Amino acid sequence: MAAKAFQKIYTKITQITKATCTLKATGVGYDELASIDGRLAQVVKIMDDEVTLQVFAGTEGIKTNAEVVFMGKAPSLKVSEQLAGRFFNAYGDPIDGGPIPEGFDIEIGGPSVNPVRRKQPSELIATGIAGIDLNNTLVTGQKIPFFADPDQPFNQVMAMVAMRAKSDKIILGGMGMTNDDYLYFKNVFSNAGALDRIVSFINTTEDPSVERLLIPDMSLAAAEYFAVEKNEKVLVLLTDMTNYADALAIVSNRMDQIPSKDSMPGSLYSDLAKIYEKAVQFPEGGSITIIAVTTLSGGDITHAVPDNTGYITEGQLYLRRDSDVGKVIVDPFRSLSRLKQLVTGKKTREDHPQVMNAAVRLYADAANAKTKMENGFDLTDYDMRTLAFAKDYSEKLLAIDVNLDTTEMLDVAWELFSEHFTPAEVNIKQSLVDKYWKK
Amino acid sequence: MATKGVVKGIVSNLVTLEVDGPVAQNEICFISVGEDKLMSEVIKVVGKNAYVQVFESTRGMRVGDTAEFADHMLEVTLGPGMLSKNYDGLQNDLDKMDGVFLKRGDYTFALDNDKLWDFIPLAKVGDSVVAGDWLGQVDENKQPHRIMVPFKLEGTYTVKSVAKEGQYTINDTIAVITDAEGNDINVTMVQKWPVKRANLCYTNKPRPYKLLETGVRTIDTINPIVEGGTGFIPGPFGTGKTVLQHGISKQAEADIVIIAACGERANEVVEVFAEFPHLDDPHTGRKLMERTIIIANTSNMPVAAREASVYTAMTIAEYYRTMGLKVLLMADSTSRWAQALREMSNRLEELPGPDAFPMDLSAIIANFYARAGFVHLNNGETGSVTFIGTVSPAGGNLKEPVTENTKKVARCFYALEQERADRKRYPAINPIDSYSKYLEYPEFADYIVTKVNEEWIPKVNEIKTRMQRGKEIAEQINILGDDGVPVEYHVTFWKSELIDFVILQQDAFDNIDSLTPLERQSYMLDLIVDVCRADFQFEGFLEVIEYFKQMINLMKQMNYSEFNSDQFNEYRKKIDELVAEKRVALA
Repeated sequence: MAAKAFQKIYTKITQITKATCTLKATGVGYDELASIDGRLAQVVKIMDDEVTLQVFAGTEGIKTNAEVVFMGKAPSLKVSEQLAGRFFNAYGDPIDGGPIPEGFDIEIGGPSVNPVRRKQPSELIATGIAGIDLNNTLVTGQKIPFFADPDQPFNQVMAMVAMRAKSDKIILGGMGMTNDDYLYFKNVFSNAGALDRIVSFINTTEDPSVERLLIPDMSLAAAEYFAVEKNEKVLVLLTDMTNYADALAIVSNRMDQIPSKDSMPGSLYSDLAKIYEKAVQFPEGGSITIIAVTTLSGGDITHAVPDNTGYITEGQLYLRRDSDVGKVIVDPFRSLSRLKQLVTGKKTREDHPQVMNAAVRLYADAANAKTKMENGFDLTDYDMRTLAFAKDYSEKLLAIDVNLDTTEMLDVAWELFSEHFTPAEVNIKQSLVDKYWKK
Repeated sequence: MATKGVVKGIVSNLVTLEVDGPVAQNEICFISVGEDKLMSEVIKVVGKNAYVQVFESTRGMRVGDTAEFADHMLEVTLGPGMLSKNYDGLQNDLDKMDGVFLKRGDYTFALDNDKLWDFIPLAKVGDSVVAGDWLGQVDENKQPHRIMVPFKLEGTYTVKSVAKEGQYTINDTIAVITDAEGNDINVTMVQKWPVKRANLCYTNKPRPYKLLETGVRTIDTINPIVEGGTGFIPGPFGTGKTVLQHGISKQAEADIVIIAACGERANEVVEVFAEFPHLDDPHTGRKLMERTIIIANTSNMPVAAREASVYTAMTIAEYYRTMGLKVLLMADSTSRWAQALREMSNRLEELPGPDAFPMDLSAIIANFYARAGFVHLNNGETGSVTFIGTVSPAGGNLKEPVTENTKKVARCFYALEQERADRKRYPAINPIDSYSKYLEYPEFADYIVTKVNEEWIPKVNEIKTRMQRGKEIAEQINILGDDGVPVEYHVTFWKSELIDFVILQQDAFDNIDSLTPLERQSYMLDLIVDVCRADFQFEGFLEVIEYFKQMINLMKQMNYSEFNSDQFNEYRKKIDELVAEKRVALA
């Protein structure tokens, strides 16, 4: 980045840590961008004339006499229709060999939407996956992560959801993504002929980890442009937010902050909330929906990252391999979409909420029966029937390879009910039983 | 002359100012950044340096930017016109702000300067009055809104004049009062009060005892909360905290409901904005929004204002209490507030307490809960602030500082449980771990006898014991197997399941089931206790299961039916028949 003529150049760095540089400078604004020998950095602390900069690419090789130039603005992105179909790095520079897009500059990490100017989300996002549409229906303007172990096919499921959901733009924010996964997404998008409605901001495992901190804000700045200026329905995919949180922890550690739970900074909740709360339904029709991935270590959801995420997002989706049917399913127990009641039974058939709950309850009975069986106890006739039901339910509805519309899903559920149970066992409001029970 | 300051240092929203005059702890100042003036609060003073927390983003702030001190602490503006309003954590009227996005430094007035209110005088010339006494009243959304002697005034005053009945704006003088030295003070409908100071305009605060109906069975029947009581709802995410809170705020039999959305999801507040204007208050038939005030500091709004938001809400609650009203304050979530404290404490480089929270967390929580309560006012009337806070324990572990410190001070504990939530047994309040200390209050026992009957408390305790017993037996069955325990064990277990399904579980999304009035709760309690006390004869455990599943199904259908409707009575008849079928005839 070339220095402009009138800019003052500083060349005396007084302190260097792995992620930060400190120097004496005046007239510097908080959050302002600077470049240190061409590397981007951001002001994170000012004490009198001492300014501390966080260097995104790391400080390896930076000399104490490196040239530091302040740019007088916070990190920003040039936005226009030309973003569509392009791949960028964390700074918003193209990495696909194409030209630098033209447009107007907007600061990333901008202000929040006034809550009274939001609209209540009410539009269903159909994915065809019953584990999502039936049990954990997604709604535009929602924010929801997959909680998954690193070996689970979350990126595949996310790509599938992105391709099936009817959105105007898809923004992919990749943080610490392996190069293979990056190419996988690129492939899926171009095979589906969807490249022209996709914008990607990619930080791969090969890039410096602190750069990741810019990815969500870049992605959401682009999303806000399309949702606010163009009234488009935008789907933002963020994978993997655990890498983002790890980068936060690195920076806070370098800045000598007292860590809270799991070595994460005390501000983790607010940091994550600032990102996820960008999900919004605007009254004019535009919306930002965020589907993220939070990888877990050994399925531990009490770790600070998934735990704080769970309190922020509107539900979470778990994948699990069901050994009884040999397929990956969306776990009905722990998965939850908090906004589903805004559409279930309203935008879908009236029996949806009750059918969903009854099926999950029966599936839970099956889990109990399974425990009994594993402990060597005799099973009752009811136990046997729940086990048979669970297998069908898993195979015909929960598996991620299912592709049905919601009415078909409900019909399948009623079929399974009548095949395995009596109405009293299913325990649904009588008026619905009268109408939908398959005789 | 007002004290001025100059910015010396900036770390996120903690700013160091060098000041040229006296400053007070918690004093408000405004820092000029470009065209914006950013509201900030002093949180520490060292020599000439005042450390302030800025209630906004500090992006672009520079060393050398100037600040002006306001000579008062963080205050709210109190007066008619707060009902139905949507405020941010600093009491800015969100609806008055322009644009889709919140603008930094955009502060809007909390009330309406031009609106005319129908004033009726209550005090007479010559009356002797003190702070908080009623001088007159206006009609606010069909509720009497008392105009009071400003809370800040100390000592006794004599009423010199009171405005005649008629229409006035909030800034018109509606009374003149004279102090002991003969100085006149003009009283308008507006006054200010610092949010962190408790309002003590009452004569005494007895132990609360009147049931506050919420329509939620697992609260009202099992662990009741009272007018002026305190309670808290801890629970891991996904266990239904928000649904439960919304249910309570919709259904509770309160005059005023204040919802403080403190560091939570914006869409949850939007749900309230969207639904409350259309929903009816089940007790008065008016719209819910008419009795509701929302304080929204959602999780993406500035962190420092999050801490302020709960205090803003409490101060408004106390104001309405002094008018003799029943106020319910819900704060979701107090953990986010504690985290905001932690973030600041961390930036101030204070030595941390457990889990990096500030050392005085326990005192801060205790002081806050202590502001709730049932009070006798100077004129003999009563008012109450009932406070229910949620806690979001990290990792769902209740052994963390916020939960533990809250447990010390809140009298009701509604433990949401992951396992119940996983099994879709909503509301997922664990019936055994949860408690209400009010059940042990003799004052409450006396009251409930007049409200329901003397059987109530013994029956409630009986079903609690049955739940406990049911849980023990479930564990034994798990170890020994269905065949390994006597059939009577299965009967006892299934009786506890019956209580769980019919009384504890409640469908928050069903129009009828979501709200159970006390009369209906009493009816169901009698029915359940009757069935539980009956002796049954069964061949084997399979028959027990089959039988109770039928019973549960019938009673659930009853819960879904209009109380005392034909359908309801029909289910009742079927239940009686079913009971008679297997009941051992009394000798």
